[in-house]
Amino acid sequence: MAAVDKQPVTGAGPFNGVLTWVDARFPLISLWRDHLADYYAPKNFNFWYYFGSLALLVLVIQILTGIFLTMNYKPDAAQAFASVEYIMRDVPGGWIIRYMHSTGASMFFVVVYLHMFRGIMYGSYRKPRELLWIFGCLIYLVMMAEAFLGYLLPWGQMSYWGAQVIVNLFAAVPIIGEDLSIWIRGDYVVSDATLNRFFALHVIAVPLALLLLVMLHLISLHEVGSNNPDGVEVKKRLDPKTNKPVDGIPFHPYYTVKDIFGVSVFLLVFCAIMFFAPTMGGYFLEYNNFVPANPMQTPEHIAPVWYFTPYYSILRAVPPLFGSQFWGVAAMGGAVMILFLMPWLDRSPVKSIRYKGTLFKSWLAAFVITFIILGYLGTKPTTVWGQFGFQTFFMDTRDVATWVARLGTLIYFLFFLLMPWYSRRDKCKQEPERVTH
Amino acid sequence: MRTLLAVLLLAPALALAASAGIKLDRAPVDLNDNPSLQRGAQVFVNYCLSCHSANYMRYNRLQDLGLTEQQIKDNLMLAGEKVGDTMTIAMRAKDGAEWFGAAPPDLTVIARSRGADWLYTFMRTFYQDPARATGWNNLAFPSVGMPHVLYELQGTQVLNVVTATDALGHQVESRTLALAAPGKMDKIQYDQLVGDLVNYLVYMGEPSAKSRVQIGLYVMIFLLILILVTWLLKRAYWKDLH
Repeated sequence: MAAVDKQPVTGAGPFNGVLTWVDARFPLISLWRDHLADYYAPKNFNFWYYFGSLALLVLVIQILTGIFLTMNYKPDAAQAFASVEYIMRDVPGGWIIRYMHSTGASMFFVVVYLHMFRGIMYGSYRKPRELLWIFGCLIYLVMMAEAFLGYLLPWGQMSYWGAQVIVNLFAAVPIIGEDLSIWIRGDYVVSDATLNRFFALHVIAVPLALLLLVMLHLISLHEVGSNNPDGVEVKKRLDPKTNKPVDGIPFHPYYTVKDIFGVSVFLLVFCAIMFFAPTMGGYFLEYNNFVPANPMQTPEHIAPVWYFTPYYSILRAVPPLFGSQFWGVAAMGGAVMILFLMPWLDRSPVKSIRYKGTLFKSWLAAFVITFIILGYLGTKPTTVWGQFGFQTFFMDTRDVATWVARLGTLIYFLFFLLMPWYSRRDKCKQEPERVTH
Repeated sequence: MRTLLAVLLLAPALALAASAGIKLDRAPVDLNDNPSLQRGAQVFVNYCLSCHSANYMRYNRLQDLGLTEQQIKDNLMLAGEKVGDTMTIAMRAKDGAEWFGAAPPDLTVIARSRGADWLYTFMRTFYQDPARATGWNNLAFPSVGMPHVLYELQGTQVLNVVTATDALGHQVESRTLALAAPGKMDKIQYDQLVGDLVNYLVYMGEPSAKSRVQIGLYVMIFLLILILVTWLLKRAYWKDLH
């Protein structure tokens, strides 16, 4: 069958012949136009709009460094810890690859948290971007799974006991819990079998799901178009002559060059951490994880890596009810799942925080502060604030941190659950007709 | 709400209070001081490497410290290993556990898990304690299984516990060590020896640390130039937009 008749490619470069040949057999030019050269993005993106492309960059860093780590890593309980040290010492450039991967894991969450916060600030989850938001939440969920699975692989004490604690959470699920946790581990405790399957999931299954979801996230973004700091739909105002949004600019070259600048600044931060403080004071690489996993010796204090600690705090804050730990687990899961509902919880007449009233702003501020406090508490023992000997306090001082975490958990959930009420009642400003600068 | 605020404002102070325990002395770590690192390596192979292994560290890596392979073979390898071998020991972990209560841990990355300051304090706060099977106890690591290997150098310390009442009426216990029998070294010499050893342990925990920082500086310079170029590029493209 003859190739489809299309206009030949006429560009400045020397490859017009090749491109014409490919374009006759593949939607090369239309893909280029739909997603880059003719994808119109609002012209008023600010600082917060760098983090989408940066998340993509970190994903690529993680996949590439991951491939090279896999070449020397051994998913074997007897060899895993040693193979990581082998990478750090004997593999040429191995330490760079390993630190890139470990720094990348934490920076992935930094970037994604900022990206999500941007979405919440400017109402990027509102109609028509509900599905875009849901894909994003799924990416976040899958990323958490990926990070958790990967953290077992160095086979240090924190790897081991962190995995032990988290997998045991599944045992709290009523009726099927015990079998479920054994099914996940492949054993009665975290063991070589667990390490092997976590490795398989970490390097194949979950990254594939992640890539697919990122693709879906981008496709739906380019279908509905980008939101912006004003929350105004640029697609509503088209230039009558060109039929393009008057407040939009082609993604390429404008945002490609802008994002390249963002990437170089981000790399400066990334490399500063990687080369000068790869452990980030124990937050990116925990000190206790330089002790090989020892199933016979439980560490005094088990803390997950920083990006999980807000949820870990929520888990610990919920007291056991009716003799079951399941409620804490449910609250922790619910804290992530509730994000999915945001498009339907926000009833505000405007999208962007710029035009929302004090009610929403205060709740969002409370939410952010709460998230940070919960995050901090999750890195510490529950008795963190109880060792300074105040006997006269109105309660046992060892419980102060637990009660703060409980209050934080309440605020966390109320931010979402009360949103239909306070977002409608809020005194909003009039949204402008067009984007501002 | 006001209580919450008060609690939040107090938080940093409370967090500091929580991390009490023994006050750690600052270890004199300098990865550029090759003579110190070489002395530390010497102490390590002479005193530590009979019970503790460094299973991920190769002898010939010590060329990092300005030594030749021949010097390493002549001065630091005591049991006829090959220069490309890792620093293993003959003692089996099972025996170690039987003799000391717990198998002596591998020390390759001990400085990364314990921290230099802890190690520096630990090696200087052994004291005589007849209640322990080994006759030794330690301020930084109470009931430690390890005897004081360097007591001949440091001498024998004993524990003095003084209980006093502070201004708020709390009982405050202060624990100090006193030298009961002097060793071959005075305090300054011994502290320097432990400082060298800890310096070496820090090096061994991450042999690439020095080149990491050096490469990092070049990367920073490169990225600063890149930022300038990409900023000018962005500005040139965006010039016509308003």
